[in-house]
Amino acid sequence: MRLYDIDIQSRLLLGTAQYPSPQVLTEAIAASGCDIITVSLRREAARGASAGAGFWALLQASGARLLPNTAGCHSAREAVTTAQMAREVFGTNWIKLEVIGHADTLQPDPFALVEAAQTLCADGFQVFPYTTEDLIVAERLLDAGCQVLMPWGAPIGSGQGLRHAEALASMRRYFPQVPLIIDAGLGAPSQAARAMEMGFDAVLLNTAVAKAGDPVAMARAFGQAVEAGRIAYEAGLMPPRDMAVPSTPVLGMADLSLANLSHGGRS
Amino acid sequence: MRIELNGSQHDISAATLAEALTELGYGGVALATALNGAFIATTARATTPLHDGDRVEVLAPMQGG
Repeated sequence: MRLYDIDIQSRLLLGTAQYPSPQVLTEAIAASGCDIITVSLRREAARGASAGAGFWALLQASGARLLPNTAGCHSAREAVTTAQMAREVFGTNWIKLEVIGHADTLQPDPFALVEAAQTLCADGFQVFPYTTEDLIVAERLLDAGCQVLMPWGAPIGSGQGLRHAEALASMRRYFPQVPLIIDAGLGAPSQAARAMEMGFDAVLLNTAVAKAGDPVAMARAFGQAVEAGRIAYEAGLMPPRDMAVPSTPVLGMADLSLANLSHGGRS
Repeated sequence: MRIELNGSQHDISAATLAEALTELGYGGVALATALNGAFIATTARATTPLHDGDRVEVLAPMQGG
């Protein structure tokens, strides 16, 4: 998989929030096999022990490529400023662009998203926009200069899976050459596998791993599901059929019927 | 002068953003700053004057999804 001219091995991107401890996070990153982790920026306390410094050391040790986000931003301007701050701190042009339109659904604001994407692409950022499955918004984001799109599976943290699977399938067919990453809403490895079987290039998730009973084991499960789903997609899935078709050959079957009159009963 | 930093009021004697960070005990290297909603690069902090009522944000790496 190539994302902005970088070759990426793993098709699972992992968020770093909400883990029970830094140690569990480190182990989950390793168990998932992911190459890209998402990170954020938050207020640093004055005169205190630096909360950010410890996390920074953990990130360096993980060896993963960092994808900073603009989570929590509700306007294009906030998102652009946050992206600029993230670029300096994390030393990357990559930005996971989130502009939230609604506090309850955490649904992307497509208008502010496109506006922010235009500004950031023009400023040299490599933008990963968190968007919906809307094809026109997607076109606008590509026009702005985005080379990757991240449609949502379901609302962030909801664990509902692919809520609009048919629309997502249309999006996949409509943009066959654009890397499409399902971002947010996945709750189970089976849902991640389904996204991969549909031909999506990768999935990004956080809560499903971080809030699992055993996050490290769940990270491994998602890693395997993503890999299995991708192999299945490349192998070519059989088309569904309305009626049963015997998988065992019927030619040469014995006639084990009891009565003579049944001759010819099987036609 | 009095500024608002990360949502809290601070009385400082510093004249620039760089001096204010030192005065308020920020020593970490991985910090990003904004002044009144606009990004201020590390290299520009020493030449960025502060005024009464300015809003400063100081951010550090944090977990994110």
